Amino acid sequence: MKPEDILKIANEEVERQKSYKCRINVCCSSGCLPFGALRVLKAFEEAIKEFGLQRECKVSRTGCVGTCSVGPVVIVEPGSYLYQGVTPEKAREIVKSHIISGEPLKETLYMNEAFFRKQLRLVLRNAGKIDPLRIEEYMAVGGYSALIKCLTKMTPKEVIDEVIASGLRGRGGAGFPTGQKWNFVAREKNTPKYVIANLDEGDPGVFANRTLAEADPHAIIEGMAIAAYAVGAEKGYIYIRAEYPLAVQTLREALKQAKSMNLIGKNILETQFNFDIELRMGAGAFVAGEETGILASIEGRRAMPRPRPPYPATSGLWGKPTLIQNVETLANIPIIILNGGSWFAKIGTPKCTGTKCFSLTGKVNNPGLIEVPMGITLREIVFDIGGGVPSDRKFKAVLVGGPSGGCLPESLLDLPIDYESLTKAGAIMGSGGIVVIDDESCMVDTAWFFTDFCVDESCGKCIPCRVGLLKMRNILERIMRGEGRLEDLDVLAELGEYVRDVSLCGLGQTAPNPILTTLRYFRSEYVAHIIDRKCPAGKCFKKEVMGEA
Amino acid sequence: MLGEDRRLQILERIMREHGYEKSALLEILHAAHELYGYFDKVLLEYISERLNLPPSHIYGVASFYNLFKFRRPGEHIISACMGTACYVKGAEEIISAIEKEFNLKRGGSTPDGKLSLFITRCIGACAMAPNVTIDNEVIGKATKEAVLERVRKFLGG
Repeated sequence: MKPEDILKIANEEVERQKSYKCRINVCCSSGCLPFGALRVLKAFEEAIKEFGLQRECKVSRTGCVGTCSVGPVVIVEPGSYLYQGVTPEKAREIVKSHIISGEPLKETLYMNEAFFRKQLRLVLRNAGKIDPLRIEEYMAVGGYSALIKCLTKMTPKEVIDEVIASGLRGRGGAGFPTGQKWNFVAREKNTPKYVIANLDEGDPGVFANRTLAEADPHAIIEGMAIAAYAVGAEKGYIYIRAEYPLAVQTLREALKQAKSMNLIGKNILETQFNFDIELRMGAGAFVAGEETGILASIEGRRAMPRPRPPYPATSGLWGKPTLIQNVETLANIPIIILNGGSWFAKIGTPKCTGTKCFSLTGKVNNPGLIEVPMGITLREIVFDIGGGVPSDRKFKAVLVGGPSGGCLPESLLDLPIDYESLTKAGAIMGSGGIVVIDDESCMVDTAWFFTDFCVDESCGKCIPCRVGLLKMRNILERIMRGEGRLEDLDVLAELGEYVRDVSLCGLGQTAPNPILTTLRYFRSEYVAHIIDRKCPAGKCFKKEVMGEA
Repeated sequence: MLGEDRRLQILERIMREHGYEKSALLEILHAAHELYGYFDKVLLEYISERLNLPPSHIYGVASFYNLFKFRRPGEHIISACMGTACYVKGAEEIISAIEKEFNLKRGGSTPDGKLSLFITRCIGACAMAPNVTIDNEVIGKATKEAVLERVRKFLGG
């Protein structure tokens, strides 16, 4: 295949789509699938057939639009009418009323525009709009033209310069400047080099990467290929959680299509560039998402991190230079190449450009997957997009950054979201989990839950993380049993800082965050447990699971 | 456990496809786990022999990852999600109720081998929390009552 052939396929697909008057997109992502999305898809197909509309109306299975709490959801184009809670019966009604009579079925429409108003969908640009299993649809919306541009018109250095100009930073959590990382790998002489796409989204309560892979797998593949071209890699791995079967299946199929069209493989698009991608599955280890942990896991070992330096850029997979990027970072690359780094740099804040995907969950009216420009405030996310906490309860805290993130109180809700301000407040960007907590939850119990998770997931290699976290959890359990002492709080804070400062990898370095932030912002709840022997939320003092260690 | 059935042939084929490479251990463990449902000593020793790796290494890797099971699961499997969103929305209450009603502990099975209860890491359907998966069917926005009723139904029938 030559670049012209790809453009031809894209044009043919565009023409084909134009021949339809309308299109029905049924979300068949992990959020909607368990709740009957495939039955809905089938019902639409049957209804279209029954009324003889096959030539006018196209029914497609697509990825997620983000409103995962009201699934199965369906979008009818033109007009982007979003239907919620669709059943097979309603599917037939929608065809009759909306498609045939032109009257949208009002009572089934999702009317909450606020959920979308403050969002900006760049990474999720195609989510819910294209069929992820048809590469032609990705091409029809400009897919793979960024790769073509790189291979035919840009040198690897020019590609890297464009990424540097964009100001893009790693979306896996730490926020390292992406272009700079590429530079490190590119200047290494040692070969072969590798590119790893990190899709080991192990944070409980986070599903942004999964959604991306299910909705737009080719954006990840294209981003990887461009990265490989820029740094001079010939082999890539996508490391994905085995708990995401649909994402695995979607990526596998997408890779097959990309290979069959010579978009990955040897002499890509009849150039000198070779790049092959393999899928590797994790097996349920949170620490495997850490960059040296992921290396060990791909090499077939326990995913135990190792000290850095040497950094993976110099000595990664099998000791070779390796570029490791989160899939969200990679999905940004094609639009940066097509629109230019300076265009991207205007989005977000000067130091934190672009957008970030967040999984918004917990006690919030509109949970789901959102993508917002950097610099937006937590208040806008929780109250404007999320619609606040359900009316009978009161907002208490928001946990930002997954199990090793921080619990922030109402007074910090006006914090603009970027890497630095979150870290300063004691939280992290992490993989973009936002869990809203109301007054029903006890903050000591919440801190216990996350600490318990990290104790479980600690690989055991370094002592501060292995022993320190366990001690911290035991102290929490003592407090929750009503046997706490005031000195415990000082010990917790001291231990927490110690574990944070001297642990080997990111897991241990961030694991004390939930305890440290709850101590900082919700100290009175700890004191109530210790002095008044009372849990303000009425959660503790009755757990049977306590005190086993 | 191994037997001379097709599963062993499939496993052998997969190992051959990976060229008996030590670096493909995790992939091979995945395949074996999928075929047999859990690991026992015989199976792990077999893999160790074929890949020419010490049994301690195989066990070390297999036991590091949460996904792998070392005991035969029950006929029916309840997997309760204990991700953050599910926990905040009361997963613990549902799990305790299952334990109490069917007299089993999380991670274990009933004595008759009919039912197992596992705690899973986040399944990523957080907006529908809490989620409980019963024999591969996800129940979203689960309540104690709905889950218990579902389980009672198939145990009775």
